[in-house]
Amino acid sequence: MAGKTLYDKLWDDHVVKQREDGTALIYIDRQLLHEVTSPQAFEGLRLAGRKPWRIDANIATPDHNVPTTDRSGPIADEVSRIQVQTLDDNCDEFGILEFKMQDHRQGIVHVVGPEQGATLPGMTIVCGDSHTATHGAFGALAHGIGTSEVEHVLATQCLIQKKMKSMLVRVDGELGPGVTAKDVVLAIIAKIGTAGGTGYAIEFGGSVIRGLSMEGRMTVCNMAIEAGARAGMIAVDEKTIAYFEGRPYSPQGDDWEKAVAYWQTLQSDDDAEFDAVVVLDGSQIKPQVSWGTSPEMVVAIDEALPDPDRESDPVKAEGMRRAYEYMGLKPGITMSDVVPDRVFIGSCTNSRIEDLRAAAAIARGRKVSPKVKQAMVVPGSGLVKSQAEKEGLDKIFVEAGFEWREPGCSMCLAMNADRLGDGEHCASTSNRNFEGRQGYGGRTHLVSPAMAAAAAIAGHFIDVRDMA
Amino acid sequence: MEKFTQFEGIVAPLDRANVDTDLIIPKQFLKSIKRTGFGPNLFDELRYLDEGQPGQDCSHRPINPDFVLNRPRYKGASVLLARRNFGCGSSREHAPWALTDFGFRAVLAPSFADIFFNNSFKNGLLPIVLDEKIIDELFQQVAANEGYSLTIDLETQHIIKPDGSRIEFDVDPFRKHCLLEGLDDIGITLQDAELIKAYEARRKANSPWLFDVIK
Repeated sequence: MAGKTLYDKLWDDHVVKQREDGTALIYIDRQLLHEVTSPQAFEGLRLAGRKPWRIDANIATPDHNVPTTDRSGPIADEVSRIQVQTLDDNCDEFGILEFKMQDHRQGIVHVVGPEQGATLPGMTIVCGDSHTATHGAFGALAHGIGTSEVEHVLATQCLIQKKMKSMLVRVDGELGPGVTAKDVVLAIIAKIGTAGGTGYAIEFGGSVIRGLSMEGRMTVCNMAIEAGARAGMIAVDEKTIAYFEGRPYSPQGDDWEKAVAYWQTLQSDDDAEFDAVVVLDGSQIKPQVSWGTSPEMVVAIDEALPDPDRESDPVKAEGMRRAYEYMGLKPGITMSDVVPDRVFIGSCTNSRIEDLRAAAAIARGRKVSPKVKQAMVVPGSGLVKSQAEKEGLDKIFVEAGFEWREPGCSMCLAMNADRLGDGEHCASTSNRNFEGRQGYGGRTHLVSPAMAAAAAIAGHFIDVRDMA
Repeated sequence: MEKFTQFEGIVAPLDRANVDTDLIIPKQFLKSIKRTGFGPNLFDELRYLDEGQPGQDCSHRPINPDFVLNRPRYKGASVLLARRNFGCGSSREHAPWALTDFGFRAVLAPSFADIFFNNSFKNGLLPIVLDEKIIDELFQQVAANEGYSLTIDLETQHIIKPDGSRIEFDVDPFRKHCLLEGLDDIGITLQDAELIKAYEARRKANSPWLFDVIK
């Protein structure tokens, strides 16, 4: 019999009941809550007269709606204010731990969870947010769910699920200088497409993935959903274990030893079989930029934009034509011909300390181009922000002409005041370049933090390897 | 949830692939704390010529006459015909809420994104996966025949065309059962409360750190 994949192990450990129809009742160790997808779930509980099954399995923080400017007063937008207030009220009513907007631990839920040690290896982790796969970087089974399932987990601590198929995405070799985790995951999505991982849980492996820091691994797993997969995960190694040493909610004392012994088993067996295997050569990956309105519409920075007339699949070609029209771009140009009106460094994909260090290394001693209307840096959490300030990164950014903001989702999806104007191009370290995502008529180009900073300085997209 | 059995409805064709959840319901409308009222903002950026705001009365907004749902022949449509990877993007259940609030009860496409697919069933919206060739034919037939309607019969898992011919479709047995009976699956899970408690007790013994109180 073949060995088990990491996904098999995590799945098997959480089966409460295997049902005859092929589904299973799966136990959920941790639920993360934010203000956008939880109010209707709490309301559903109340209407049905139900109580949360296990209050201490939940942790909450507002992130999507919060302003990234001054927070001394209430949120100016009334509808946003009510939504954040509703989260506060629900958490207070049910006794759920919440890092409220004024708390220095507040931030993007996917940055806060690991940072607190509230998401750990071996856990099943859910959140009403598709980027929950981020937590899979630690050898956990983590995925996004809808609001009905948020309510289901609150009420039962379980989900009814069917096991997904397994895919191994192996990135071999070594990355060249200036090439980051973001470029790796964009290259993966470009290769397998935005539906390539649909129905699969993806395990990322290979020497390139093992060589990434935990922050980089989170960036890769974060975008599993942009490849169509609800869950992305990476095997536990020494880096994973070291990451959790001394975190507030990490296991302590004897429990730590016990936990580490268990965590060390969280890898796919050598003889495990996957339903699909995709291999990339890491040494061939260059800095990536998205040009279109789907995360698979990506080119290397020195590559010409593709011609829809040469695309053999008519549905794809039509999508490309529509994307060119929306983006105001033409096939054959390179991305260095494009000026970003705004630059956004942040989001659950790229707002951790390592991301800010990489952007600051480019910004240091340089100035944002006058062609760029606004360049902003939005740390992923209050703790990331204070760490960056301790390292003097905020000063580097401000001196270069970047705005230094308070933590939240911000311009990744523009639910707060941070957004693009109609027709504006943005060099963005976020995860989605859909039409209107960053603001009505806005045009998003997904890049790594270093590439975003480089575009801000140069006044056009540029190969970060030419900026060293 | 209302029981889902059989219905007949006008088919509206949305001829583009990778329709994402931001397109189905843009983020500004996600600030609502309700499950209802999203219908007027379904496909907001395609349907109207201006930028929509939450809470706004949409009846006076300039509509985009070219958008399929604004064309008189598709008025009252309850079946959406779509292309591959429908519902990709975020986990927002507001997407199926907006589709059902508008009046859709089924979406036919060659493929769906996982989270959207799952969310739809929880809200009485039936996503049906059909072969790309069948979808192509349906697009042609809808274009050629004004008022083109399909009957969707969940019980027998058939789509019945105007000429009486049938297309069989697959649906997961548990999800079918829940839709047909209008069941709340939290209630079903809670029938296994003792099993959940027993699992928790085992887990607490093996991995006590997972039960450290987060406070």
